[in-house]
Amino acid sequence: MAEKKYDWSAIAKNPKFVELHHKKTAFLFGWWIFSCVYYFLLPIGAAYTPGIFKVKIIGVVNFGYVFALSQFFVSWGIALYYAHVANKDFDRLTRELIDELHL
Amino acid sequence: MTMKKIIIAATLALSVAAAAFAEEPSKAAAPGSAPALSAPAGQAAPVVATAQAQTTAPAAAPAPSSGQKRELKTNKVITLSMFSVIIALTLGVVIWAAKQTKTASDFYAAGGGITGTQNGWAIAGDYMSAASFLGISGLISLYGYDGFMYSVGWLVAYITVLLIVAEPCRNAGKYTLGDILSFRTSPKPVRAIAAISTVAVSTFYLTAQMVGAGKLMALLIGIPYKTSIIGVGVLMVGYVVFGGMVATTWVQIIKAGLLMSGAFLLSFLVMAKAGFNPLYFFETIVNSPDIQSHVSILALKDGIILSGVDAGQRFLEPGLYLRNPLDQISLGMALVLGTAGMPHILMRFFTVPTAQAARKSVIIAMFIIGGFYVLTTLLGFGAAINLTPQGIISVDPGGNMATLMLSQQLGADISPILGDLFLAFLCAVAFATILAVVSGLVLAASAAIAHDIYVNVIKDGHADQHEQVKAARITSFVVGACGIVIGIAAEKQNVAHLVALAFAVAASGNLPVVVLSLFWRKFNTAGVISGLVVGTIASIGLVMVSPNMTYPTVVAAGAKKVVIALEKKQAALPAGETLTEKDSKALAKAKTDSTLTGTSMMGLEKPLFTLKNPGIVSIPLGFMAAILGCLAFPSRRSEEMFDEVYVRQNTGIGMAKAVDH
Repeated sequence: MAEKKYDWSAIAKNPKFVELHHKKTAFLFGWWIFSCVYYFLLPIGAAYTPGIFKVKIIGVVNFGYVFALSQFFVSWGIALYYAHVANKDFDRLTRELIDELHL
Repeated sequence: MTMKKIIIAATLALSVAAAAFAEEPSKAAAPGSAPALSAPAGQAAPVVATAQAQTTAPAAAPAPSSGQKRELKTNKVITLSMFSVIIALTLGVVIWAAKQTKTASDFYAAGGGITGTQNGWAIAGDYMSAASFLGISGLISLYGYDGFMYSVGWLVAYITVLLIVAEPCRNAGKYTLGDILSFRTSPKPVRAIAAISTVAVSTFYLTAQMVGAGKLMALLIGIPYKTSIIGVGVLMVGYVVFGGMVATTWVQIIKAGLLMSGAFLLSFLVMAKAGFNPLYFFETIVNSPDIQSHVSILALKDGIILSGVDAGQRFLEPGLYLRNPLDQISLGMALVLGTAGMPHILMRFFTVPTAQAARKSVIIAMFIIGGFYVLTTLLGFGAAINLTPQGIISVDPGGNMATLMLSQQLGADISPILGDLFLAFLCAVAFATILAVVSGLVLAASAAIAHDIYVNVIKDGHADQHEQVKAARITSFVVGACGIVIGIAAEKQNVAHLVALAFAVAASGNLPVVVLSLFWRKFNTAGVISGLVVGTIASIGLVMVSPNMTYPTVVAAGAKKVVIALEKKQAALPAGETLTEKDSKALAKAKTDSTLTGTSMMGLEKPLFTLKNPGIVSIPLGFMAAILGCLAFPSRRSEEMFDEVYVRQNTGIGMAKAVDH
């Protein structure tokens, strides 16, 4: 294992890294929890509040259908938003950190 | 843009295939000829039936709702030619891939040389099994809204993959689950147990796929069950043994391209019938007399009397199929956490060069998978409108044939030959789907055995590239052969619950330990082992005592009710009349079933655990076991090494070494 030695604990204490991982953790777990809550509203709502799901929205299309369809768009939305933030913030912070460490 | 690339790639692959055929006819012909040859042998009768169906079909077409009895007959010549094209195309890819597969990194991770876009298509191809392709549209065609609701979880699952596991795994891993988990733990026991868990998950999933493949091929083109399993198995082994990850990836990309083309084509035709007006489309569902009568029969089971437009509207409301909310939540948990713990999905992230590419690939996969499920709604509802639920049930009670029947119907509406062509194309898509999924599973299981157990546990990591690739190829061959044997042995078994079980094991065993390894400083060897063992055993154990198993006394109790109901029906008939053929058959079967006694495989008279999906209990158990195990046996070394794992997984520093190594 003749790999280049890194001082991992020094990198872990680097302010750039601390900023990166704080931002990432908050974003990732925050949006993950949001997506789970939004998803589980679907089976829970369908089972315990079927009345709401039957309300017609447009023509014969009811709330349940629109809500299930919205799950797809919400998932795609989170994915695109994450890509945007990661490309703009997380990748930039990572690059700056690597530049600073002269790796 | 991605579509264009796929078309270019497919064209390229086709020409490569043609060249390969010219160069190596013997190599390419061997696996392909097996199914083709066996088909005419035992199947003289269905060919005649096909000819009859062709002549009678146009006559029956104008009045679809009057004759509820339907048939699904493929045109053998067209179907088998399409199959041959797919076999030729994929074998061409394998020959091309085999030349580039020289190192272990090539074999397991395509040398890290897959682009984000390619990987996105491959993930979609790896993930969408025939069950999603045929099963979900079938559920929608018979139960409406619930089928659609069921499909949602399969996409939402990718949020977990995207946000929690994809990039960290790319940064901290190499080829397998064992690589991620053994980073700061005692490598040998951790790799061994991770390999066992990977093989367990892959085997459950593979068995379900193989049995499904055998039954589907037998139904579609009349090839005997065993021959289909062997045919599919030989191709799958061929792809993996010779072409490794490169070939598997391209088989998955081709499959995803075919699947999406098929779904787009059919959705276009369905919407064309509705004048491209979604509101009119939904009104047709509500106003269809066949759907209305189908729903009123379903509603009768709950003692509710519905008719006319109310019954039609009920088709768009929840509760016709998914009747146990806890089971739904439990399945949802297994999907949302299990997908991210599936070894064959995790493995896909080692094929891309950077975390950015891993991110891009999940996002592309999400659009393909989500787009596919949205189109599936159109196919399912379109099948219900155009074929009637009664017609779909007459071919397959589970509705699995709905999409295929729809393709034939919509094609035949334009011209009879087009019906055969569309059906053959969709059958070929189903075939490619099976091949792509099983290859991914065999590769994941072999990587765990060859890389984790053989190279790193038995040989202490001392094996040169040549030996590693050789071990990987031999293991893939053995795993594939076992897959074929299990597939044949499980023909008569009930395997429907195995897919859910695979996801439950991945969610309860693999995911907790992966997440804790990547994000929790104190996590260590004891935690990995207790988490994997408890999560896996809890899921399997709960399924063994769940309603998924067969309970003879429960079956008998149900059959007794049927006997009473049918005898009442018989008594109510006017003198001289007898029950219909279907009813008297059901009565005879119920009478035999009602005498059943005994216990389930586990010696139980009735299920101990009432849910079909164990996730809601086994996932918390897996997490708790992992946390408690690690707190009970703390390890300073694991804690000290956390900085390294954490920096690596967040930044990718030091990653290039892992790829070249």
